[in-house]
Amino acid sequence: MVDGWLDYTLRTVALGAALLGGMSGALGAFVFLRRQSMAGDAIAHATLPGVVLAFLLTGQREPYLLLGGAALAGGAGVLLWIAITRWSRVKQDSALGIVLSTFLGGGVLLLNLVQNRPGAYQAGLNHFLFGQAATLLSRDVVLLAAGALGVSVLLLLFWKEFQLLSFDRAFGASLGWPMQRLDIGFTLLVVAAIVLGLQSVGVVLMSALLVAPAAAARQWVDGLGAMVLLAAVLGAVAGVSGTLLSALWTGLATGPLIVLCASTLVLFSLLLAPRRGLVWRQLDRLAAQARLR
Amino acid sequence: MASNETRPAALTVSDLTVMYGEKPVLWDVDLQMPAGVLMAVVGPNGAGKTTLIKAILGLVPTVAGQIRIDGRPYAEQRQRVGYVPQRGSVDWDFPTRVLDVVMMGCYGRLGWLRRPGKSEQAAALRALEQVGMADYAHRQIGRLSGGQQQRVFLARALMQEADIYLMDEPFQGVDAPTERAIVGLFRELRTRGKCVLVVHHDLQTVPEYFDWVTLLNVRSFACGPVAENFNESILRQTFGGHTAWIGDESLPGRVPTTVTVPAVG
Repeated sequence: MVDGWLDYTLRTVALGAALLGGMSGALGAFVFLRRQSMAGDAIAHATLPGVVLAFLLTGQREPYLLLGGAALAGGAGVLLWIAITRWSRVKQDSALGIVLSTFLGGGVLLLNLVQNRPGAYQAGLNHFLFGQAATLLSRDVVLLAAGALGVSVLLLLFWKEFQLLSFDRAFGASLGWPMQRLDIGFTLLVVAAIVLGLQSVGVVLMSALLVAPAAAARQWVDGLGAMVLLAAVLGAVAGVSGTLLSALWTGLATGPLIVLCASTLVLFSLLLAPRRGLVWRQLDRLAAQARLR
Repeated sequence: MASNETRPAALTVSDLTVMYGEKPVLWDVDLQMPAGVLMAVVGPNGAGKTTLIKAILGLVPTVAGQIRIDGRPYAEQRQRVGYVPQRGSVDWDFPTRVLDVVMMGCYGRLGWLRRPGKSEQAAALRALEQVGMADYAHRQIGRLSGGQQQRVFLARALMQEADIYLMDEPFQGVDAPTERAIVGLFRELRTRGKCVLVVHHDLQTVPEYFDWVTLLNVRSFACGPVAENFNESILRQTFGGHTAWIGDESLPGRVPTTVTVPAVG
Protein backbone atom coordinates (compact mmCIF):
# COMPACT_ATOMS: atom_id res chain seq x y z
CA MET A 1 0.00 0.00 0.00
CA VAL A 2 2.73 2.41 1.01
CA ASP A 3 4.70 1.35 -2.02
CA GLY A 4 1.59 2.02 -4.09
CA TRP A 5 1.38 5.57 -2.78
CA LEU A 6 4.97 6.24 -3.66
CA ASP A 7 4.64 4.75 -7.10
CA TYR A 8 5.04 7.52 -9.63
CA THR A 9 2.54 6.17 -12.14
CA LEU A 10 -0.12 5.66 -9.50
CA ARG A 11 0.42 9.17 -8.17
CA THR A 12 0.05 10.59 -11.66
CA VAL A 13 -3.14 8.68 -12.28
CA ALA A 14 -4.58 9.54 -8.87
CA LEU A 15 -3.81 13.23 -9.33
CA GLY A 16 -5.35 13.21 -12.80
CA ALA A 17 -8.46 11.46 -11.52
CA ALA A 18 -8.76 13.90 -8.63
CA LEU A 19 -8.52 16.89 -10.97
CA LEU A 20 -11.04 15.37 -13.36
CA GLY A 21 -13.41 14.49 -10.50
CA GLY A 22 -13.13 17.95 -8.97
CA MET A 23 -13.71 19.75 -12.27
CA SER A 24 -16.65 17.54 -13.25
CA GLY A 25 -18.13 17.80 -9.77
CA ALA A 26 -18.10 21.60 -9.75
CA LEU A 27 -19.57 21.92 -13.26
CA GLY A 28 -21.91 19.03 -12.63
CA ALA A 29 -23.50 20.89 -9.72
CA PHE A 30 -24.89 23.42 -12.21
CA VAL A 31 -25.80 20.69 -14.72
CA PHE A 32 -27.69 18.89 -11.95
CA LEU A 33 -29.51 22.02 -10.75
CA ARG A 34 -30.48 22.90 -14.30
CA ARG A 35 -31.98 19.41 -14.57
CA GLN A 36 -29.83 18.69 -17.55
CA SER A 37 -28.22 15.55 -16.23
CA MET A 38 -29.21 13.72 -19.40
CA ALA A 39 -27.39 16.37 -21.42
CA GLY A 40 -24.05 15.23 -19.96
CA ASP A 41 -24.74 11.74 -21.18
CA ALA A 42 -25.85 12.91 -24.61
CA ILE A 43 -22.86 15.19 -25.06
CA ALA A 44 -20.44 12.44 -24.05
CA HIS A 45 -21.97 10.06 -26.59
CA ALA A 46 -22.02 12.76 -29.24
CA THR A 47 -18.23 13.04 -29.06
CA LEU A 48 -17.72 9.51 -30.43
CA PRO A 49 -18.03 10.28 -34.18
CA GLY A 50 -15.50 13.08 -33.68
CA VAL A 51 -12.95 10.69 -32.22
CA VAL A 52 -13.34 8.16 -35.02
CA LEU A 53 -13.44 10.78 -37.76
CA ALA A 54 -10.26 12.39 -36.47
CA PHE A 55 -8.62 8.98 -36.63
CA LEU A 56 -10.00 8.18 -40.10
CA LEU A 57 -8.95 11.49 -41.57
CA THR A 58 -5.45 11.59 -40.14
CA GLY A 59 -4.68 7.92 -39.62
CA GLN A 60 -3.01 8.84 -36.34
CA ARG A 61 -3.76 7.70 -32.83
CA GLU A 62 -2.29 10.75 -31.13
CA PRO A 63 -4.69 11.20 -28.17
CA TYR A 64 -4.88 14.99 -28.31
CA LEU A 65 -5.80 14.86 -31.98
CA LEU A 66 -8.62 12.45 -31.17
CA LEU A 67 -9.72 14.62 -28.24
CA GLY A 68 -9.79 17.59 -30.59
CA GLY A 69 -12.15 15.63 -32.83
CA ALA A 70 -14.24 14.75 -29.79
CA ALA A 71 -14.45 18.40 -28.79
CA LEU A 72 -15.57 19.45 -32.27
CA ALA A 73 -18.23 16.75 -32.45
CA GLY A 74 -19.43 17.46 -28.90
CA GLY A 75 -19.60 21.19 -29.61
CA ALA A 76 -21.47 20.59 -32.85
CA GLY A 77 -23.91 18.31 -31.04
CA VAL A 78 -24.58 20.93 -28.37
CA LEU A 79 -25.12 23.73 -30.90
CA LEU A 80 -27.44 21.47 -32.90
CA TRP A 81 -29.36 20.61 -29.73
CA ILE A 82 -29.78 24.26 -28.74
CA ALA A 83 -30.68 25.23 -32.32
CA ILE A 84 -33.36 22.53 -32.60
CA THR A 85 -34.86 23.61 -29.28
CA ARG A 86 -34.81 27.26 -30.26
CA TRP A 87 -35.97 27.16 -33.87
CA SER A 88 -38.35 24.24 -33.97
CA ARG A 89 -41.25 23.17 -31.80
CA VAL A 90 -39.35 20.07 -30.66
CA LYS A 91 -38.91 20.19 -26.89
CA GLN A 92 -35.53 20.22 -25.20
CA ASP A 93 -35.46 16.60 -24.07
CA SER A 94 -36.63 15.28 -27.43
CA ALA A 95 -34.06 17.40 -29.25
CA LEU A 96 -31.42 15.93 -26.95
CA GLY A 97 -32.59 12.41 -27.82
CA ILE A 98 -32.45 13.16 -31.53
CA VAL A 99 -28.92 14.55 -31.36
CA LEU A 100 -27.72 11.76 -29.05
CA SER A 101 -28.94 8.90 -31.21
CA THR A 102 -27.87 10.49 -34.48
CA PHE A 103 -24.34 11.22 -33.29
CA LEU A 104 -23.91 7.93 -31.46
CA GLY A 105 -25.27 6.00 -34.45
CA GLY A 106 -22.87 7.83 -36.73
CA GLY A 107 -20.02 7.17 -34.32
CA VAL A 108 -20.73 3.43 -34.12
CA LEU A 109 -20.99 3.18 -37.91
CA LEU A 110 -17.66 4.93 -38.33
CA LEU A 111 -16.15 2.67 -35.70
CA ASN A 112 -17.40 -0.35 -37.67
CA LEU A 113 -15.82 1.08 -40.77
CA VAL A 114 -12.49 1.32 -38.99
CA GLN A 115 -12.73 -2.13 -37.50
CA ASN A 116 -13.49 -3.72 -40.85
CA ARG A 117 -10.24 -2.46 -42.21
CA PRO A 118 -7.36 -4.90 -42.35
CA GLY A 119 -4.74 -4.57 -39.67
CA ALA A 120 -5.17 -3.92 -35.99
CA TYR A 121 -4.42 -0.25 -36.12
CA GLN A 122 -7.82 0.72 -34.79
CA ALA A 123 -6.71 -0.47 -31.36
CA GLY A 124 -6.98 2.37 -28.88
CA LEU A 125 -10.21 3.79 -30.19
CA ASN A 126 -12.21 1.44 -28.02
CA HIS A 127 -10.56 3.03 -25.00
CA PHE A 128 -12.66 6.08 -25.63
CA LEU A 129 -15.77 4.08 -24.86
CA PHE A 130 -14.72 3.07 -21.36
CA GLY A 131 -11.59 5.09 -20.83
CA GLN A 132 -8.22 3.92 -19.64
CA ALA A 133 -7.13 5.97 -16.70
CA ALA A 134 -4.07 3.81 -16.10
CA THR A 135 -2.47 5.24 -19.24
CA LEU A 136 -2.58 8.84 -17.99
CA LEU A 137 0.79 10.53 -18.42
CA SER A 138 2.07 13.55 -16.61
CA ARG A 139 1.37 15.74 -19.65
CA ASP A 140 -2.28 14.57 -19.40
CA VAL A 141 -2.31 15.63 -15.78
CA VAL A 142 -0.98 19.04 -16.76
CA LEU A 143 -3.83 19.32 -19.27
CA LEU A 144 -6.37 18.27 -16.63
CA ALA A 145 -4.91 20.76 -14.17
CA ALA A 146 -5.21 23.52 -16.76
CA GLY A 147 -8.80 22.44 -17.40
CA ALA A 148 -9.68 22.40 -13.71
CA LEU A 149 -8.07 25.82 -13.23
CA GLY A 150 -9.92 27.20 -16.25
CA VAL A 151 -13.24 25.86 -15.02
CA SER A 152 -12.66 27.32 -11.54
CA VAL A 153 -11.78 30.75 -12.90
CA LEU A 154 -14.76 30.84 -15.26
CA LEU A 155 -17.16 29.70 -12.54
CA LEU A 156 -15.86 32.45 -10.26
CA LEU A 157 -16.00 35.14 -12.96
CA PHE A 158 -19.50 34.26 -14.13
CA TRP A 159 -20.87 33.12 -10.80
CA LYS A 160 -23.94 35.34 -10.71
CA GLU A 161 -24.70 34.77 -14.38
CA PHE A 162 -24.57 30.97 -13.98
CA GLN A 163 -26.60 31.32 -10.79
CA LEU A 164 -29.31 33.17 -12.75
CA LEU A 165 -29.09 30.64 -15.56
CA SER A 166 -29.69 27.79 -13.13
CA PHE A 167 -32.31 29.36 -10.86
CA ASP A 168 -34.40 31.76 -12.92
CA ARG A 169 -33.42 32.10 -16.54
CA ALA A 170 -36.43 34.24 -17.52
CA PHE A 171 -35.69 36.73 -14.76
CA GLY A 172 -32.07 36.89 -15.90
CA ALA A 173 -33.24 37.62 -19.44
CA SER A 174 -35.57 40.34 -18.12
CA LEU A 175 -32.53 42.00 -16.53
CA GLY A 176 -30.94 42.14 -19.96
CA TRP A 177 -28.45 39.29 -19.59
CA PRO A 178 -27.84 37.35 -22.82
CA MET A 179 -29.11 34.10 -21.35
CA GLN A 180 -28.94 32.19 -24.63
CA ARG A 181 -25.28 32.99 -25.05
CA LEU A 182 -24.57 32.19 -21.40
CA ASP A 183 -26.35 28.86 -21.90
CA ILE A 184 -24.22 28.06 -24.94
CA GLY A 185 -21.06 29.16 -23.14
CA PHE A 186 -21.81 27.08 -20.09
CA THR A 187 -22.71 24.01 -22.13
CA LEU A 188 -19.51 24.30 -24.18
CA LEU A 189 -17.64 24.38 -20.88
CA VAL A 190 -19.33 21.08 -20.02
CA VAL A 191 -18.26 19.74 -23.42
CA ALA A 192 -14.67 20.68 -22.60
CA ALA A 193 -14.82 18.90 -19.24
CA ILE A 194 -16.33 15.80 -20.82
CA VAL A 195 -13.68 15.72 -23.54
CA LEU A 196 -10.95 15.98 -20.91
CA GLY A 197 -12.49 13.03 -19.12
CA LEU A 198 -12.83 10.78 -22.17
CA GLN A 199 -9.30 9.43 -21.88
CA SER A 200 -9.67 8.25 -18.31
CA VAL A 201 -13.36 7.51 -17.86
CA GLY A 202 -14.70 7.21 -21.40
CA VAL A 203 -17.83 8.14 -23.31
CA VAL A 204 -20.17 5.80 -21.47
CA LEU A 205 -19.26 6.67 -17.90
CA MET A 206 -18.34 10.34 -18.10
CA SER A 207 -21.84 11.61 -17.45
CA ALA A 208 -21.91 9.76 -14.12
CA LEU A 209 -18.88 11.71 -13.01
CA LEU A 210 -20.72 14.94 -13.80
CA VAL A 211 -23.94 14.13 -12.03
CA ALA A 212 -23.11 11.79 -9.16
CA PRO A 213 -20.96 14.14 -7.04
CA ALA A 214 -23.58 16.88 -7.45
CA ALA A 215 -26.45 14.59 -6.48
CA ALA A 216 -24.53 13.50 -3.39
CA ALA A 217 -23.51 17.06 -2.45
CA ARG A 218 -27.06 18.40 -2.71
CA GLN A 219 -28.08 16.06 0.10
CA TRP A 220 -25.72 17.65 2.61
CA VAL A 221 -25.71 21.39 2.00
CA ASP A 222 -28.21 24.19 1.34
CA GLY A 223 -26.18 26.85 -0.44
CA LEU A 224 -25.04 27.04 -4.05
CA GLY A 225 -21.42 27.85 -3.21
CA ALA A 226 -21.25 25.08 -0.63
CA MET A 227 -22.81 22.64 -3.04
CA VAL A 228 -20.40 23.40 -5.88
CA LEU A 229 -17.43 23.13 -3.51
CA LEU A 230 -18.63 19.90 -1.92
CA ALA A 231 -19.42 18.36 -5.32
CA ALA A 232 -15.87 19.17 -6.43
CA VAL A 233 -14.43 17.58 -3.27
CA LEU A 234 -16.60 14.48 -3.60
CA GLY A 235 -15.67 14.18 -7.28
CA ALA A 236 -11.99 14.34 -6.36
CA VAL A 237 -12.48 11.79 -3.58
CA ALA A 238 -14.22 9.43 -6.01
CA GLY A 239 -11.36 9.90 -8.47
CA VAL A 240 -8.64 9.11 -5.96
CA SER A 241 -10.43 6.22 -4.27
CA GLY A 242 -11.31 4.65 -7.61
CA THR A 243 -7.67 4.85 -8.65
CA LEU A 244 -6.47 3.31 -5.40
CA LEU A 245 -9.01 0.49 -5.57
CA SER A 246 -7.90 -0.23 -9.10
CA ALA A 247 -4.27 -0.30 -8.06
CA LEU A 248 -4.98 -2.60 -5.12
CA TRP A 249 -7.02 -5.09 -7.16
CA THR A 250 -4.94 -5.15 -10.28
CA GLY A 251 -6.88 -6.03 -13.34
CA LEU A 252 -9.97 -3.98 -12.57
CA ALA A 253 -10.42 -0.92 -14.78
CA THR A 254 -9.97 2.48 -13.14
CA GLY A 255 -12.77 4.39 -14.90
CA PRO A 256 -15.62 2.13 -13.80
CA LEU A 257 -14.20 1.98 -10.27
CA ILE A 258 -14.14 5.80 -10.09
CA VAL A 259 -17.77 5.91 -11.19
CA LEU A 260 -18.73 3.19 -8.73
CA CYS A 261 -17.05 5.15 -5.93
CA ALA A 262 -19.06 8.22 -6.92
CA SER A 263 -22.25 6.16 -6.97
CA THR A 264 -21.46 4.80 -3.52
CA LEU A 265 -21.20 8.37 -2.27
CA VAL A 266 -24.62 9.09 -3.82
CA LEU A 267 -26.20 6.03 -2.23
CA PHE A 268 -24.72 6.87 1.14
CA SER A 269 -25.92 10.48 0.87
CA LEU A 270 -29.42 9.58 -0.30
CA LEU A 271 -29.80 7.33 2.71
CA LEU A 272 -28.02 9.10 5.51
CA ALA A 273 -27.88 12.85 4.89
CA PRO A 274 -29.54 14.85 7.67
CA ARG A 275 -33.03 16.17 6.80
CA ARG A 276 -32.99 15.07 3.15
CA GLY A 277 -31.81 11.48 3.64
CA LEU A 278 -34.31 8.63 3.52
CA VAL A 279 -33.35 7.31 6.94
CA TRP A 280 -33.62 10.75 8.50
CA ARG A 281 -37.02 11.36 6.94
CA GLN A 282 -38.29 7.98 8.08
CA LEU A 283 -37.15 8.72 11.64
CA ASP A 284 -38.82 12.12 11.39
CA ARG A 285 -42.09 10.51 10.39
CA LEU A 286 -41.91 7.98 13.23
CA ALA A 287 -41.20 10.77 15.70
CA ALA A 288 -44.18 12.72 14.41
CA GLN A 289 -46.41 9.68 14.74
CA ALA A 290 -45.19 9.13 18.29
CA ARG A 291 -46.03 12.72 19.17
CA LEU A 292 -49.54 12.36 17.81
CA ARG A 293 -50.21 9.26 19.83
CA MET B 1 -59.73 60.20 -13.26
CA ALA B 2 -59.36 62.86 -15.91
CA SER B 3 -55.91 63.66 -14.59
CA ASN B 4 -54.92 60.05 -15.07
CA GLU B 5 -55.88 60.13 -18.67
CA THR B 6 -53.99 63.27 -19.51
CA ARG B 7 -50.85 62.16 -17.73
CA PRO B 8 -48.14 60.95 -20.13
CA ALA B 9 -47.92 57.18 -20.38
CA ALA B 10 -45.00 55.60 -18.56
CA LEU B 11 -45.47 52.36 -20.47
CA THR B 12 -46.88 52.27 -23.98
CA VAL B 13 -47.51 49.08 -25.88
CA SER B 14 -48.65 49.46 -29.45
CA ASP B 15 -49.78 46.93 -32.08
CA LEU B 16 -48.25 44.06 -30.11
CA THR B 17 -48.76 40.73 -31.87
CA VAL B 18 -47.38 37.37 -30.76
CA MET B 19 -47.94 34.08 -32.58
CA TYR B 20 -47.29 30.50 -31.53
CA GLY B 21 -47.03 28.92 -34.94
CA GLU B 22 -50.18 29.83 -36.83
CA LYS B 23 -52.13 30.72 -33.73
CA PRO B 24 -52.20 34.30 -32.49
CA VAL B 25 -51.68 34.55 -28.74
CA LEU B 26 -51.78 38.34 -28.72
CA TRP B 27 -53.32 40.23 -31.59
CA ASP B 28 -52.69 43.92 -32.15
CA VAL B 29 -52.70 44.79 -28.47
CA ASP B 30 -52.49 48.46 -27.44
CA LEU B 31 -51.97 49.48 -23.86
CA GLN B 32 -50.99 52.65 -22.00
CA MET B 33 -50.13 52.92 -18.34
CA PRO B 34 -49.38 56.29 -16.72
CA ALA B 35 -47.03 56.65 -13.76
CA GLY B 36 -48.61 56.23 -10.34
CA VAL B 37 -51.19 53.76 -11.57
CA LEU B 38 -51.94 50.23 -10.42
CA MET B 39 -53.28 48.27 -13.36
CA ALA B 40 -54.85 44.82 -13.41
CA VAL B 41 -54.73 42.71 -16.54
CA VAL B 42 -57.69 40.34 -16.53
CA GLY B 43 -59.02 37.86 -19.03
CA PRO B 44 -59.95 34.19 -19.34
CA ASN B 45 -57.40 31.37 -19.30
CA GLY B 46 -55.31 31.35 -22.44
CA ALA B 47 -56.01 35.03 -23.04
CA GLY B 48 -52.31 35.75 -23.34
CA LYS B 49 -51.86 37.59 -20.03
CA THR B 50 -48.54 35.98 -19.14
CA THR B 51 -47.44 36.27 -22.76
CA LEU B 52 -48.21 39.99 -22.63
CA ILE B 53 -45.76 40.47 -19.74
CA LYS B 54 -43.15 38.26 -21.39
CA ALA B 55 -43.52 40.09 -24.69
CA ILE B 56 -43.09 43.47 -23.00
CA LEU B 57 -39.92 42.15 -21.35
CA GLY B 58 -38.64 40.74 -24.64
CA LEU B 59 -38.73 37.16 -23.37
CA VAL B 60 -40.85 35.85 -26.25
CA PRO B 61 -40.43 36.76 -29.91
CA THR B 62 -43.01 39.21 -31.22
CA VAL B 63 -44.35 39.37 -34.76
CA ALA B 64 -45.12 43.05 -34.53
CA GLY B 65 -45.39 45.81 -31.99
CA GLN B 66 -43.52 48.46 -30.09
CA ILE B 67 -42.79 48.80 -26.40
CA ARG B 68 -41.94 52.30 -25.19
CA ILE B 69 -41.03 53.55 -21.76
CA ASP B 70 -41.57 57.28 -21.35
CA GLY B 71 -41.62 57.44 -25.12
CA ARG B 72 -38.24 55.78 -25.54
CA PRO B 73 -37.54 52.28 -26.86
CA TYR B 74 -37.71 49.54 -24.26
CA ALA B 75 -34.19 48.25 -24.90
CA GLU B 76 -32.69 51.54 -23.63
CA GLN B 77 -34.93 51.63 -20.58
CA ARG B 78 -34.72 48.03 -19.47
CA GLN B 79 -33.23 48.87 -16.09
CA ARG B 80 -36.37 50.79 -15.19
CA VAL B 81 -38.59 47.72 -15.39
CA GLY B 82 -38.96 45.23 -12.54
CA TYR B 83 -40.33 41.74 -13.04
CA VAL B 84 -42.11 39.30 -10.73
CA PRO B 85 -42.51 35.97 -12.56
CA GLN B 86 -45.05 33.36 -11.55
CA ARG B 87 -44.00 31.71 -8.35
CA GLY B 88 -44.22 28.27 -9.93
CA SER B 89 -41.71 29.16 -12.63
CA VAL B 90 -38.68 28.28 -10.51
CA ASP B 91 -37.51 25.32 -8.47
CA TRP B 92 -37.91 26.26 -4.81
CA ASP B 93 -35.72 23.34 -3.80
CA PHE B 94 -32.76 25.21 -5.34
CA PRO B 95 -29.95 25.42 -2.78
CA THR B 96 -30.02 29.09 -1.91
CA ARG B 97 -31.01 31.48 0.87
CA VAL B 98 -33.74 34.10 0.77
CA LEU B 99 -31.19 36.92 0.81
CA ASP B 100 -29.37 35.49 -2.21
CA VAL B 101 -32.57 35.42 -4.25
CA VAL B 102 -33.41 39.02 -3.34
CA MET B 103 -29.87 40.07 -4.24
CA MET B 104 -30.45 38.84 -7.81
CA GLY B 105 -32.58 41.95 -8.23
CA CYS B 106 -29.46 44.10 -8.49
CA TYR B 107 -27.57 41.85 -10.94
CA GLY B 108 -28.84 43.90 -13.88
CA ARG B 109 -27.34 47.09 -12.38
CA LEU B 110 -24.09 45.39 -11.43
CA GLY B 111 -23.24 44.13 -14.90
CA TRP B 112 -20.49 41.68 -15.81
CA LEU B 113 -17.85 40.58 -13.31
CA ARG B 114 -18.97 42.79 -10.41
CA ARG B 115 -20.20 41.06 -7.30
CA PRO B 116 -22.82 42.32 -4.87
CA GLY B 117 -21.23 43.84 -1.77
CA LYS B 118 -22.22 45.30 1.58
CA SER B 119 -24.46 48.05 0.21
CA GLU B 120 -26.37 45.58 -1.98
CA GLN B 121 -26.82 43.30 1.00
CA ALA B 122 -28.20 46.17 3.05
CA ALA B 123 -30.57 47.08 0.23
CA ALA B 124 -31.74 43.48 0.02
CA LEU B 125 -32.48 43.46 3.74
CA ARG B 126 -34.47 46.69 3.37
CA ALA B 127 -36.47 45.15 0.52
CA LEU B 128 -37.20 42.13 2.69
CA GLU B 129 -38.34 44.42 5.48
CA GLN B 130 -40.76 46.12 3.11
CA VAL B 131 -42.50 42.84 2.48
CA GLY B 132 -42.33 41.74 6.11
CA MET B 133 -39.74 39.03 5.53
CA ALA B 134 -36.66 40.45 7.27
CA ASP B 135 -36.62 37.57 9.77
CA TYR B 136 -36.30 35.05 6.98
CA ALA B 137 -33.24 36.52 5.25
CA HIS B 138 -31.02 33.54 5.99
CA ARG B 139 -33.59 30.83 5.54
CA GLN B 140 -33.29 28.20 2.82
CA ILE B 141 -35.94 29.06 0.21
CA GLY B 142 -37.29 25.51 0.21
CA ARG B 143 -38.51 26.06 3.76
CA LEU B 144 -40.90 28.91 2.97
CA SER B 145 -44.66 28.83 2.56
CA GLY B 146 -46.15 29.79 -0.79
CA GLY B 147 -47.01 33.27 0.41
CA GLN B 148 -43.51 33.78 1.77
CA GLN B 149 -42.02 32.66 -1.53
CA GLN B 150 -44.19 35.22 -3.29
CA ARG B 151 -42.96 37.96 -0.96
CA VAL B 152 -39.36 36.96 -1.66
CA PHE B 153 -40.05 37.49 -5.36
CA LEU B 154 -41.60 40.88 -4.60
CA ALA B 155 -38.55 41.86 -2.55
CA ARG B 156 -36.33 40.85 -5.45
CA ALA B 157 -38.33 43.12 -7.75
CA LEU B 158 -38.06 45.99 -5.22
CA MET B 159 -34.32 45.41 -5.27
CA GLN B 160 -34.42 46.30 -8.99
CA GLU B 161 -35.35 49.87 -7.98
CA ALA B 162 -37.55 50.06 -11.04
CA ASP B 163 -40.20 52.60 -12.04
CA ILE B 164 -42.45 50.10 -13.73
CA TYR B 165 -43.25 46.72 -12.23
CA LEU B 166 -44.69 43.81 -14.17
CA MET B 167 -46.12 41.07 -11.96
CA ASP B 168 -47.47 37.73 -13.07
CA GLU B 169 -50.21 36.51 -10.71
CA PRO B 170 -48.68 37.67 -7.43
CA PHE B 171 -51.90 36.79 -5.59
CA GLN B 172 -51.96 33.21 -6.86
CA GLY B 173 -52.35 30.82 -3.93
CA VAL B 174 -51.12 33.18 -1.20
CA ASP B 175 -52.36 33.46 2.37
CA ALA B 176 -54.29 36.44 3.74
CA PRO B 177 -51.29 38.17 5.41
CA THR B 178 -49.37 37.99 2.15
CA GLU B 179 -52.31 39.37 0.20
CA ARG B 180 -52.50 42.31 2.64
CA ALA B 181 -48.73 42.81 2.41
CA ILE B 182 -48.89 42.89 -1.38
CA VAL B 183 -51.78 45.35 -1.45
CA GLY B 184 -49.97 47.59 1.06
CA LEU B 185 -46.86 47.44 -1.09
CA PHE B 186 -48.84 48.38 -4.21
CA ARG B 187 -50.17 51.49 -2.49
CA GLU B 188 -46.74 52.48 -1.32
CA LEU B 189 -45.34 52.07 -4.82
CA ARG B 190 -48.19 54.20 -6.15
CA THR B 191 -47.45 57.02 -3.69
CA ARG B 192 -43.87 56.95 -4.87
CA GLY B 193 -45.08 57.48 -8.45
CA LYS B 194 -44.26 53.96 -9.64
CA CYS B 195 -46.64 52.02 -11.80
CA VAL B 196 -47.52 48.38 -11.46
CA LEU B 197 -49.04 46.06 -14.06
CA VAL B 198 -50.49 42.94 -12.49
CA VAL B 199 -51.89 39.83 -14.12
CA HIS B 200 -54.85 39.17 -11.87
CA HIS B 201 -57.40 36.38 -11.59
CA ASP B 202 -59.86 37.54 -8.98
CA LEU B 203 -62.33 39.85 -10.71
CA GLN B 204 -64.03 40.75 -7.45
CA THR B 205 -60.99 42.51 -6.00
CA VAL B 206 -60.17 44.47 -9.15
CA PRO B 207 -62.09 47.64 -8.15
CA GLU B 208 -60.67 47.48 -4.62
CA TYR B 209 -57.01 46.92 -5.46
CA PHE B 210 -56.54 48.66 -8.81
CA ASP B 211 -57.04 52.05 -10.48
CA TRP B 212 -56.79 50.92 -14.05
CA VAL B 213 -57.70 47.73 -15.83
CA THR B 214 -56.88 46.05 -19.13
CA LEU B 215 -59.32 43.44 -20.36
CA LEU B 216 -57.49 40.99 -22.52
CA ASN B 217 -58.52 38.00 -24.57
CA VAL B 218 -55.92 37.72 -27.32
CA ARG B 219 -57.11 41.20 -28.32
CA SER B 220 -57.38 44.07 -25.89
CA PHE B 221 -61.02 44.84 -25.16
CA ALA B 222 -60.45 47.82 -22.91
CA CYS B 223 -57.66 49.68 -21.20
CA GLY B 224 -58.24 52.56 -18.82
CA PRO B 225 -59.60 53.61 -15.44
CA VAL B 226 -61.55 50.89 -13.64
CA ALA B 227 -64.64 53.10 -13.28
CA GLU B 228 -65.12 53.43 -17.03
CA ASN B 229 -63.79 50.11 -18.26
CA PHE B 230 -64.73 47.47 -15.73
CA ASN B 231 -68.37 46.86 -16.47
CA GLU B 232 -70.60 44.01 -17.43
CA SER B 233 -70.74 44.59 -21.13
CA ILE B 234 -66.97 44.79 -21.60
CA LEU B 235 -66.47 41.80 -19.31
CA ARG B 236 -68.97 39.85 -21.40
CA GLN B 237 -67.16 40.75 -24.59
CA THR B 238 -63.84 39.75 -23.09
CA PHE B 239 -64.88 36.50 -21.48
CA GLY B 240 -67.37 35.48 -24.16
CA GLY B 241 -69.96 33.00 -22.96
CA HIS B 242 -67.88 31.90 -19.99
CA THR B 243 -69.35 34.02 -17.27
CA ALA B 244 -69.27 31.42 -14.51
CA TRP B 245 -66.87 33.55 -12.51
CA ILE B 246 -69.30 35.94 -10.90
CA GLY B 247 -70.68 35.01 -7.51
CA ASP B 248 -72.61 31.74 -7.33
CA GLU B 249 -73.91 31.24 -10.85
CA SER B 250 -72.98 27.62 -10.55
CA LEU B 251 -76.53 27.20 -9.29
CA PRO B 252 -78.51 25.60 -12.10
CA GLY B 253 -80.86 27.79 -14.06
CA ARG B 254 -79.39 31.00 -12.81
CA VAL B 255 -78.25 33.42 -15.45
CA PRO B 256 -75.27 35.55 -14.51
CA THR B 257 -76.17 39.15 -14.84
CA THR B 258 -74.33 41.77 -12.95
CA VAL B 259 -70.85 42.59 -11.91
CA THR B 260 -71.00 45.12 -9.15
CA VAL B 261 -68.65 47.96 -9.65
CA PRO B 262 -68.53 50.24 -6.64
CA ALA B 263 -68.80 53.91 -7.39
CA VAL B 264 -65.39 55.45 -7.76
CA GLY B 265 -64.43 58.97 -6.78
